[in-house]
Formats: sequence, C-alpha cells, structure tokens
Amino acid sequence: MSALLALVRRDVALALRLGGGGSIGVAFFVLVIVLVPLGIGPEGNTLQKIAGGILWIAALLAALLSLDRLFQADYEDGSLDQLMLAPVALEQVVLAKSVAHWLTTGLPMTMIAPVLGVMLALPVETLPVLVFSLAIGTPALSLVGAVGAAITVGVRRGGLLLSILVLPLYIPTLIFGARAVDQALLAIDPTAALALTGAVTLMAAALAPFAASAALRVNAA
Amino acid sequence: MDLVLENLGCRRGGRPVFRGLSFRLEEGQAAQIRGPNGVGKSSLLRVLAGLVPPADGEARLGDLALSRARAAFQESVAYAGHLDAIKPALTLQQNLAAWASLFGAEAGRVDHALQMFSLEPLADRPAAQCSAGQKRRLGLARLLVMDRLLWLLDEPTVSLDAASTEVVANLIREHISTGGLALVATHIDLGLGDGPVLEMRPLEPSAPVEEDAFLAGEWA
Repeated sequence: MSALLALVRRDVALALRLGGGGSIGVAFFVLVIVLVPLGIGPEGNTLQKIAGGILWIAALLAALLSLDRLFQADYEDGSLDQLMLAPVALEQVVLAKSVAHWLTTGLPMTMIAPVLGVMLALPVETLPVLVFSLAIGTPALSLVGAVGAAITVGVRRGGLLLSILVLPLYIPTLIFGARAVDQALLAIDPTAALALTGAVTLMAAALAPFAASAALRVNAA
Repeated sequence: MDLVLENLGCRRGGRPVFRGLSFRLEEGQAAQIRGPNGVGKSSLLRVLAGLVPPADGEARLGDLALSRARAAFQESVAYAGHLDAIKPALTLQQNLAAWASLFGAEAGRVDHALQMFSLEPLADRPAAQCSAGQKRRLGLARLLVMDRLLWLLDEPTVSLDAASTEVVANLIREHISTGGLALVATHIDLGLGDGPVLEMRPLEPSAPVEEDAFLAGEWA
C-alpha cells in the first residue's frame, strides 16, 4: 500500500512540475468556460440551459489533454519496465497512476466548478449537484482514459489517436453527469442520474486497470 | 538458486529472434552474453525480466518457472536496460528514493547506493543537469536499492568512464560473492571471474533451402 502511495506522490509531483501538464487541464477547463458567455452572449436563460452540458464537455476535453503522457513518459524513459518488475501488480500501478491523474485534473476541476457554474448563471441551489456529479464522474475519465493511454503508449503523437479512442467511451459519463445538472436546474430529483454517473465510475474502476495493464504488457513486448 | 534456460526461444513482431537457447548459470556466478549486434542479447534479457513472453522453452530460477509463475520470477530479478528510468525533473536522490519506496527498500539503501557510485555530491541536483554517464550510474545504482537475486544487465558500461566501469565490475563481483547471479550483455571484458559465457549466434535457417524448379526459372 505504501508503495502505491509513493507512486501516487511521485506522479503528482511530476505532474505539477513544469512540462508535467498537471495544471494545463484545469487552465483549459476554466478558459473554455470563460469563452462560452463570450460566444453565446451574456443572456442568463440561454447560458443556464446549456451550463451542465458545456461544463461536462469541457471537463472531458480537459481530462484528455494530459492523458497521452500518463504512461508514455514512463514508457520512453524505461520506467515502465521497472514498474513491471515492482512487487506490486501492474493493475495496481495503473490504478495508482489513474488516481494521480485524477488528483491533478478531476479534483481541481471539481473544486473550481462552482465558480464557473455561477459564471454560466446556474442558480446557487444547483451548484452542489454540479460539484457532486463532477466529483463522482471525473474519476471515470481518468480510468477509462488510462486504457486509451495504455493502448497508444508506443505511438508517436498518440494523443490524437487517444482522443478518438477514448471520447466515445466518455459518452455515458457525459450523458448522466450533464443530466444530473439539468434535472437539478428543473427542480427534479437528480438522484437517479447521479447514481448512474457513479455506477459508470465504479465499473471503470473495476475493469480499466485490467484492460490497461493487458495493453501495457503487449506494448512492452 | 540456479538459473536454467531450456530451449528458450523468442519471437518479436512475428520474427524469430533466437531459439533453442539452453544455458545454466549457477549460484554465485556471473555470465557474459556475447554475440554480434542484433543477435538477440537485449531480447534475451527482456524475456528473462518477464517483459517479453518467450515463444517457446522455459526459464527457471530455482523452482520458479517463468511461464507459470511470472510475477514471482520477476520479483527475483533486477533489470538494467538501455534506458535508465530517470525522471529529469527530480533530483538524483528523489529519483532513487521513489524507486526505493516502490520496491519496499529501506531508505538507508538510497544513500548507500549513491555513495557506491560516487553520486553523493550530485544528490540534490536535478537529473536533467546530469551527463549521460552520471545518469547511467544512477540507473545502475537502482540495482543496489532493489536488492534482487538475479541481475540482468544490458550493456551496463555504455557511456561510463574507466573508473566507473571498474566500480560496476566490482559491484557485480560483490553481488555474486554473496550468492547472487548476474547475466551481463557486454562487448568489453569486465573480468567477472570464471563464469560461463553465453555465445549467441545469428539464426540459421532450420532446413536447407531446396532447389525449387519454379523459382529456378521454370515459370518463364
């Protein structure tokens, strides 16, 4: 366990260094949302209606930005070979690296989301639902993304291929996450949508480590 | 524990790299792998590190069989390949400490390993500022942190100066004197004592190419 925590710590530290790409995702997320009122116009009604969808789409794209380096950096400098020899299962390594990715993308996005929600004229009472949907939905982005990152680990400029592979798999999270915000806006109980958002994340947590480590083993050979 | 290769074969990207490799390395011995470029020395080491599945045959370390107990086999192996697995953004000390905690080694080993490779004065410098030889020394220092039985070294002395090469040779001798094993692919003589030499040769066609009437021009 402490070995995995050390790996999470190392990855978070590396992501926050210059060139690590940790803060890029969050900055991108904020910028996209700031651009929306400029493009759509400042009318509260319109913004409110699209807020849930836009926030979630921006979150998907922001999560993708730093995914391509999730395993590639380790693959290129030989660290991946050493990680495979470590006394922890490769599946656990994948899980630890996904957690580190979430800590530097999903978590800060979740924390800044209320501010951006207000910018998109979301009523204050819907903000807890927005935050909660992001908190339980964004881990799926890191986990599913890890599978794509593992498949494209040996591909030069694999980021483009990665987005094409991974974005379709993000659809369930997007639908349920955005739906929860919309329902809160319409004063409908969002529990069902939230439960499904969480379910997608749990399923990703159960399957993604195995799929990603299988892909990494193939690519290491 | 002895390392035994039985008829080991390897295919990469659909092409056979080597096959029918049999070899025995006894406890306390270091073996040198020799052979021309491209003969499969690195592939052999990657197979033994469990990174590439063998196409056929078996490798055994004591009673651990690579094909059946890969995870346990891998936990007895330390591998130093062409890449040093170093993060340029971290200092030398942080690099090694990260590996130490992942491999469950006590923190004291990090300082010891840095000392053995005379990297102590550079310990707080980012690895990005180090020369190729210094990075290689750091990559090899990981062997001391990991504390594994079988060392698989792929050209460990590349970009090392004479003094560091001697350090590496001494460490290998010390490792085998305490009952360890080492398999070293190298083109220079490290003076590893009376260990066996694994001579690898390019693959010969398994059957002679027969005179084919069609190919000989009968088609015309």
